[in-house]
Amino acid sequence: MLEIKLDRGSPTPPYLQVVNQVRDALRMGWLVPGDRLPSVREVVASSGINPNTVSKAYRELGLLGLIESRQGAGSYVTATLGHADPHAMVKFRVQLEGWVARARAAGLDLEDLKVLAAAVLNESGSARSSVAG
Amino acid sequence: MNGGPAVMETSSLCAEDLGKRYRKTWALRECTFDVPSGRVAALVGPNGAGKTTLLDLMAGVLEPDTGSGRVGPAPTGAATPSARVAYLAQDRPLYSTFTAADMLDFGRRFNRRWDQARAFDWLDTFDVPLRRRCDRLSGGQRTQVALALALGASPDLLLLDEPLANLDPIVRVEVARRLLDLVAEQGTTIVLSTHVVAELPGRVDYLVVLVEGRLVLAGDIDDLLAAHAYLEGPRSNDAPGPWVTVRASHSERRSRFLVEHSGDGPPPLTHPTWQATPVGLEDLIMDYLQAANDRPADLAGVDHRG
Repeated sequence: MLEIKLDRGSPTPPYLQVVNQVRDALRMGWLVPGDRLPSVREVVASSGINPNTVSKAYRELGLLGLIESRQGAGSYVTATLGHADPHAMVKFRVQLEGWVARARAAGLDLEDLKVLAAAVLNESGSARSSVAG
Repeated sequence: MNGGPAVMETSSLCAEDLGKRYRKTWALRECTFDVPSGRVAALVGPNGAGKTTLLDLMAGVLEPDTGSGRVGPAPTGAATPSARVAYLAQDRPLYSTFTAADMLDFGRRFNRRWDQARAFDWLDTFDVPLRRRCDRLSGGQRTQVALALALGASPDLLLLDEPLANLDPIVRVEVARRLLDLVAEQGTTIVLSTHVVAELPGRVDYLVVLVEGRLVLAGDIDDLLAAHAYLEGPRSNDAPGPWVTVRASHSERRSRFLVEHSGDGPPPLTHPTWQATPVGLEDLIMDYLQAANDRPADLAGVDHRG
């Protein structure tokens, strides 16, 4: 089951971090329609996050049409995100891992990698990202 | 993006123009805020800011000199019409000759509603010896006995004065987790005072900041974060834009302003040399505390307790 982890130092509000993690899991195919999300109490027990924060994130995910909460029965994934072929996702992930390893070997640190990736993504996708926000 | 449909929230704790004076010195003044039911609120401020006084007033240990502090109605379906309040006081008052087991027995006799299993379970979880006299327990163990007493009373509202002080790091995490589970399971409202701002993100959802007996910030944390931003740019005396500056800090060439604006997301900046970045909870609190510090003493509200 999805394990939610919080970056307590991040300026991103915790409820948005939860929303983003579920979205990421949907995009990566780790969560698929029909999967049950951990209950609010399960998230509190596993990661010590405020239950109101988890509830708020689940409400938000419900509004986005990504999950459905059934009274007393938990929350279930109802949609997928992204339309990439899962095999293609795996292939490019492996290539990316190779790229990261080579860059680290060449002495680049994590921040360098993030800046590089962000710069390339911005150049190649500026038209799309301005639409998608 | 903001929280979806408005959820009707009833007030659990409401202070209106609340004030308390010790002789001529105001420990707390003109304090107005409202903590909704089922929330976890952090009460933050430096020593002598009035945190304990505020908790004492809310717990009914002290009588206010001005205004009122009201504890809201019990959750619907509760047996008693008014909310049940438990208070973990800073000095963890226990009878020194009583054992931990005696204290729980005492709790059972003097509370109309009492959850013996919960209280014993708490002591068991944290390995507190039941048969040892309270004056022979460590500071951390005394805290656990006092917490077990507070939780055994099955409160609707739990007031905790520095609940994690004198607990070791691993126990702090476990106590916080169990208190949050209580909120999830029973809808308990928690108001806790603390110095350790780094432990707050992700755990509390409501914030009350006191400085020198005055309230400087209060509200839902997501709302507060969404309404503040840092503006960074070339050195200047004032922040660009119409927003309220909370705190300014300057280096040789650059200036940074924490501003409060209304609405979601970073404020629209027209000047290209300025950049807006979101603010995290820790920075938000520290900047409000620092801002009060930056101000000359004669403007800051003056007469405060020690």
